[in-house]
Parts: sequence; structure tokens; C-alpha cells
Amino acid sequence: MRLLRPVWSYRPLPLCASPVRAGFPSPADDYIEGRLDLNEHLIHHPAATFFVRAEGDSMLRVGIHHGDLLLVDRSLEPADGSVVVAAVDGELVVKRLRLRRTGPVLVAEGEGYPELVIGEGQRFQVWGVVSNVIHSLEGGHGPDRAR
Amino acid sequence: MALIALADCNNFYASCERVFAPWLEGKPVLVLSNNDGCVVARSREAKALGIKMGVPVFEVRSLIQKHRVQVFSSNYTLYGDMSRRVMDVLSGFTPELEVYSIDEAFLRLTGTALEDSVAWAWKARAEIRRCTGIPVSVGIAPTKALAKVANDLAKGGDGVRAIPDAASQEEALASFPVLDVWGIGPNHGRRLLDRGVKTARDLRDMDLEDVRRMMGVVGVRLVQELRGISCLDLEMAPQPKKNICVSRSFSHRVEALGEMREAVATYAARAAVKLRRQGSEAGTLTVFVETNRFSQTEPQHHEAALVRLPSHSSATTDLIHLAQAAATRLFRKGHRYVKAGILLGDLVPAGSHQGSLFEEAPDRVSRNRLMKTLDRLNARMGAGTVRFAAEGIRKPWAARFERRSPRYTTRWEEIPRARC
Repeated sequence: MRLLRPVWSYRPLPLCASPVRAGFPSPADDYIEGRLDLNEHLIHHPAATFFVRAEGDSMLRVGIHHGDLLLVDRSLEPADGSVVVAAVDGELVVKRLRLRRTGPVLVAEGEGYPELVIGEGQRFQVWGVVSNVIHSLEGGHGPDRAR
Repeated sequence: MALIALADCNNFYASCERVFAPWLEGKPVLVLSNNDGCVVARSREAKALGIKMGVPVFEVRSLIQKHRVQVFSSNYTLYGDMSRRVMDVLSGFTPELEVYSIDEAFLRLTGTALEDSVAWAWKARAEIRRCTGIPVSVGIAPTKALAKVANDLAKGGDGVRAIPDAASQEEALASFPVLDVWGIGPNHGRRLLDRGVKTARDLRDMDLEDVRRMMGVVGVRLVQELRGISCLDLEMAPQPKKNICVSRSFSHRVEALGEMREAVATYAARAAVKLRRQGSEAGTLTVFVETNRFSQTEPQHHEAALVRLPSHSSATTDLIHLAQAAATRLFRKGHRYVKAGILLGDLVPAGSHQGSLFEEAPDRVSRNRLMKTLDRLNARMGAGTVRFAAEGIRKPWAARFERRSPRYTTRWEEIPRARC
């Protein structure tokens, strides 16, 4: 017997919106929609999506603060201008990628930070493209910020 | 003609560590087994130093120091998650996927993948590497056993190897050592060598009756597969296990009954989770204990006790209770135990049996609900979030993972950090 995995995805829909058994059907019953799901909205390729903690403030101009949560999608093709997590000489850094004629350059987005030209013999690899930043405000929710 | 691909991660555990620690690229890396005892994974550079698979770590301590080899404890949480990701990417290519082990999968190629299987394999490799960071080798052939041969060759070559026809198979099998063939262990291997069967080709060309006498019907199937005749279908639905075993060696010799009871309770709880996950209930529980077989001076005790459950169950409460009672009866003072374990047997599909005369139905329903809630909580918030007190809090007997890397993908407080 061969078992094939179904290709359609299954999302259970609520049979009846109201958990409270009303004496009459709710007028909203015909308009039920699924709940808004942040995972579904932000994560398009779960197998290739990783969370990374940002440390430092050289990328403030694009909205990345120290301690923010980065959503990194490794399946995205890095292009000129992408904000990426890159491995430079073995260290993970967050920078904007510029693909110049002379080669790749990593640019910061903050005051006083120099750009990093990738030189001959330097180990460089794009680890993943940053698709979203999650910044928790004071008094807000979210996994503990970096200490 | 049908083709099967075997995709196999290169040095999987070591590769997982490297994804999140890019400074390890190009360096010798080792991953150790439970209790940091033996080598279970090596990077290419560590292999090149002559460190063999399975070697106890103390034997290679000087090599480790001399070459600054990076050593890690097993991080199964991480490896399991990375495995899931690799398999997810593979299943995007075809639903006909058999996850064979934590780092290997068989796929049946269809459509364009079948038309140009080599091109597909390169694409699949690149996709997995890009999405997960894990390097993978792909072997392609008409049968599983041949795909395994092709995969071995791919690993030693540039990562992809196809042997779709008789000519390419002939060439591949002619120089493939018989001991490396899938399913040929050291015993069969030795006997084959004694008979002058040295290569996979020799094995393929053996008389089937001789094969049957030496290795039974399993051997015959293997030889048929080497001949290009597919006998082993892809198993896409994992077979529910017929028994479930959880056992671990202790981090130190256990001499106190209290510790032994904690340990078996923990193993019983873990076995119960596996039991529920496969939708089964157990009819028997066996507890076994072992002292150090290699000691010449210590008193020896290896014994197992089998308990029949009053009625089939998957409830952790029942299993812990029986496991501890059995362990208490087995335990002998003055003995230093190195290992204990739980074996659940007589497994039946949940709910298929008749309850005992003495059991109340509502009790069973509410207990099953409790177990379901427990499983859901632990799944969502991390294993061990909710435990039974009997499992112990500090667990001094538990295996040590002194050098485990962070659980980069399953714990918020352990996710990788990048410098802005």
C-alpha cells in the first residue's frame, strides 16, 4: 500500500462563531473568518526561517535597535540593497548588502559607521535576508530582550 | 523507468553546529554521545586527523588539544529541528518521501525530476543548502540499495551521483567494497569475504540460493535490489513501533534507591510520551537495571522485571507507579548501577481494548484529557515544562551534556545573535 501525503493544506474553520449557545443564530454566523495569525502573515517559508537577536545600533536608520528580534528568511535571494545577516570571518553581522562592480560591500545604516568592503581572502557569506524586525516597546510583550 | 534518490546530509551533527557558528567552517569539529563519552560525528577536518567514529573521547584527548578540535555535546533538540527543516524542503519536491533517519531520506522522482534527475539533484542540494545551511549529497538509481551505493559515491565525489542504467551500475558496483553495502554488517561481511565475495558486484552476481542460505530472504531482497529489481518500497507512513524502550546510562554510579526511582520515573514518563504520540497503549512494562559489566571487583546485578498492566494504558501516572514499584523490588543495596531502562510491550491501538471490570470509565476519560493537556503544554513551551514530581528536580543521575551548544531554533533565550 502506498500512502501519499495530501498536497492541499487543511485549516479547520469554526463551525459556529459563538461559543455561547444563543437561543437564536447570530447574524454574524455567515461572515465568520479565520483569526489573524502573525506566523502565517510573516513566515512564508517555515523551514528556511530563523529568529536572530540584533545586538548593537549600527542599523538604527532602518529601524533595527539593540535587542530587536530579526526574522531571517534564508530562502530569499539576496539582492543589492537587501538587509542581511552575513557571516564575515566567522562572525554573524547585520548590514545592508551592496553589490558593487568591484564586489560585495556591507554598509551600516547608522551615524559614524564605516562601510565594510569584502576583501580578497576574507571569508564572507550571506547567512540570510532579514525580512522583518520585531521591536518591543516599553511595557509591551515579546520574548525577553537581549541582556 | 522509475528512479529513487537518496538525499543524505554530510556530517549532519557537525554541520548543524556550523550553521550557527560560522567560525567553525574549515575547522575540525567533534560531537559526542550521551554523557560525552564517544565520538558520534566528525567534520571532514576531524576525519582527516584520523579520529574514528565511535572512539571514546579520552582516547583522542591529545589530538583534540594539539589541533584545537572543537568538541560539542550532542544537541538533539537542535539536530531534530534542523532535520525537520531539511525534510520539509525535500518534501516540497515530492510528497513521495521516506524519512529514513534523522539525516537521510528516500524520494521517488517523478515529472521533470525524473526527466533530468541529475539537474534536479543539483537544484535540490542548492536549495537545501540555501534554506537550512546543511550540505547534502544525492545518489540516484532505480532501487533503494543502488541509490545508497550512488549516495556513497556522491559523498566521496562532488555531491551528486546517478547510476540509472546497467553500464553505470556495473562501473559503480565493480569497485564498491562489499562491507560498505547497505545491510551488510561485519558478520555477513566476513563470511562473504571468506567466500571471495569482495565487491558489491560479486555480491550482486551470487547465486540467489546461496544468498538465501547465508542471509535469508532479507539478503535475497538486497541482491535483487542491487540487480536493479525494486523490492523495497518507500515507507511513507512510519510503522507504529511494536515496543518502546527508553534507557540511558547514568552520569555516575547510582547507589541510592531514591535516585533509581527518580530515573525510572523519568524514563517511564518519556516512554509514555512516545506511546501516546503513536496512538498506542501498553499492556506490559519491563524495568531493567545493570551494574558495570567491566568491573572485576564490584558485585554484579543485571536483572529485568516484567509487569503486566491491569488494563492497557498510556497514562504516565500508571506507568510511573508500576515502574517505580518494579525498580524498588529489583534494587539491591550495595550495588553500583550504571544504567536502567524501561521497555513497554504488548502495544495496542489506543481505545481498542476493553477496560477492566474494576475501572471506572469517567476516570479514564479525565485521565486521558490530563495526558493530552500535558503533552500539548510540553510541546508548546519546551519538553520538561510540566513533569511529574517522581521524575525528580535536580536529577543528579542524568546524562551530562557539558558542552552542548545553544538550542538556537527552539528557545527564545538561546537564539543566535548578530552584531549590528
